[in-house]
Amino acid sequence: MSSCPAFCEIDRLARESYGKLLAIVVKRTRDFSASEEALAEALASAIEIWPRTGVPVSPEGWIVAAAYRRSVDRARRSMRQDKVTAELAYLGDELAAMPEEMQIPDERLAMLFMCAHPKIDASARAPLMLQVVLGLTADRIAAAFLVSPQSMAQRLVRAKRSVRGAREIITIPSKAQFRERLDSVLTAVYTAFRAASDEISAEDIADPGDDLATEAIFLARAIVSLLPRQPEALGLLSLLLFSYARRRARKNQRGQFVPFMDQDPREWDLNLIREAERLLLAASDFGTVGRYQLEAAIQSAHTAGRFNGATDWQAIIDLYDRLYKLTRSPVVAVNLCAAIANVRGAEVALKLLDEMAEGPKLHGYQPYWATRAHLLERANHWPEAKFAYQRAIGLAADPSVRNFLLVRCESISRWHGLT
Amino acid sequence: MKYMLLLYGREDAWTSMAGDKQRKLIAAYEAYNEAMKAEGVFVSSGRLETHDKAMHVSGMSGKLQVLDGPYVDSLEQLGGYYVIDVADREAALLWAKRCPSTEGGTVEVRPFFGGG
Repeated sequence: MSSCPAFCEIDRLARESYGKLLAIVVKRTRDFSASEEALAEALASAIEIWPRTGVPVSPEGWIVAAAYRRSVDRARRSMRQDKVTAELAYLGDELAAMPEEMQIPDERLAMLFMCAHPKIDASARAPLMLQVVLGLTADRIAAAFLVSPQSMAQRLVRAKRSVRGAREIITIPSKAQFRERLDSVLTAVYTAFRAASDEISAEDIADPGDDLATEAIFLARAIVSLLPRQPEALGLLSLLLFSYARRRARKNQRGQFVPFMDQDPREWDLNLIREAERLLLAASDFGTVGRYQLEAAIQSAHTAGRFNGATDWQAIIDLYDRLYKLTRSPVVAVNLCAAIANVRGAEVALKLLDEMAEGPKLHGYQPYWATRAHLLERANHWPEAKFAYQRAIGLAADPSVRNFLLVRCESISRWHGLT
Repeated sequence: MKYMLLLYGREDAWTSMAGDKQRKLIAAYEAYNEAMKAEGVFVSSGRLETHDKAMHVSGMSGKLQVLDGPYVDSLEQLGGYYVIDVADREAALLWAKRCPSTEGGTVEVRPFFGGG
C-alpha cells in the first residue's frame, strides 16, 4: 500500500483544518496550550499509524478522538488521582461515546471570538488568531509583526493563560456583546493584514516582505462565509482585496517603493478588484456603514479614478470626513488633509493639518511628516518641505519608504538650490 | 531608560558604495539624528574608524598583552553607536528599526545596567 494518500491527508488536515480541529479540543479542555500539544501529538500519531492502516473513514474524527485521548491522559498524569474532577470524567464518557465517523462541526468562528475576548490583551489578539486558527508558528508571526520570537511567544502564552478554564470558551457571544466582539475580531484581522506596515498611507496599505496578507485574507474569507450578513465583515474583506490586488505594482523591478499615484494599473489584479467591488456592493445593501466599508469605498474611488484618468476627490474627501468622525484616527486625519489638497489646494490642506496636529500628538508620527512634506512641496515652500522630508526620513522604519523620501528630498534640494 | 544601539555592518559595503549612495546614506543619518533630538531621546552618538585602526589590550592570559586589530574579528564590525533615553523597550526597538544601518547591517539594542 502506498503511504502517499495518508501523508497527503495529514498534510491537508494540518493546513486546512487546523483551527477547526483545535476549536473542538479547546472547547472540551478549556486550555489552548494543552489542546495544541494534544493536537500535535494526535497528528504525529496519525503519521505513524495511517500509512499502515490506511486513512480512516473520518480523518477529522480520528484526529479529534486521538487528541481527546491525549488530553485526558495528560490531565490524569498532572492531577492526583483523588482530584480527578467531574469534568474529566465527563470528558472520558464523551470520548467513549464518540463514534469514529462523527462529523466535526466548524467552531472556528467561536474560536475567533474567543481570540478577541476582552480578557486577552489587544496586542495579542491578531497573533493568537493566526496561531490557533491557522496554526502558524510563533516565529513566523513574530517576523511579520517585527518583534523578537521570544517576546511574541510570551505574548501568546500570556494570552492563552488569561482565558484558560473560562466558562464561555469557544462560544459565540450573546446578542448584547456580539457587535463589540465582532468589531474586535475584524480589528485583529485588519491588524494581521497590516502587521508591521504602519507607515504607509491609506492608499498604500502594504505587505512588507514575509507578510501575513494572504493569511489575513483567508481569515476574512472564513468570517464572511460564516457571517455572510455582516456588512462590516464584507467591507473588511473588500478592503483587504483592493489592497492585495495592487501588491505587485507597489514595488518596481529594483524593489523600490512605488506610491499609489505612480503605479501602473495594468499590474493590478483585476479579478480581485472585481471581487472587492462586488463585496462592497453587497455590504451596502444592509444600509449600515462602518469604518471598513468606508475604507473600502475610498479604495474603490481611488481605483476607479486611476482607471478613468480622473479621480473624484470630493467623494474621497467626504468618505475620509465620515471615517474621521467615526474613528478620530490620526492616520485618517493625515489622509483627509492630503485629499483636501487636491480640491482646495495645498495651502488650505496645510492649515488644516496644522490645526489637527495641535490636538493629538502628531509630532513623532511619521505619516504626518511625510504628508506635510508633500503638501509643502506642492505649495512651493521649499525649505520647509525639505525640513519636513528630513523629519519623515528620520522617523521611517521601512527602508523602501525611507529611500523613496530621500530621493524626493534630494530632488527638491537640487532643483531649488537648497543646501 | 537608557539604551545603547550598537551598529554593526560590513566595512567594505561603505567603501565600495557609489558616491551618490554614500551621500544619501549620510543624509539618512543626519535626518535620523535630528529626529532623535526633536523627539528628545538623543543622548550621544559616535562613528568609529574601521577595524584596522583598532588595537586591544588583554589580560586574559594572566599578563597584559597589547595586540593589533579588533577584539572580535568578524565580517560585520562595530561601526558606531547611539545612546538613547526612552520610555521602554518597545521605544528602543522602534528607534533601532529606524536606524539607516539596518539596511544591510545589524543594530544591537542593549539596555544600560540598572536602566542607566
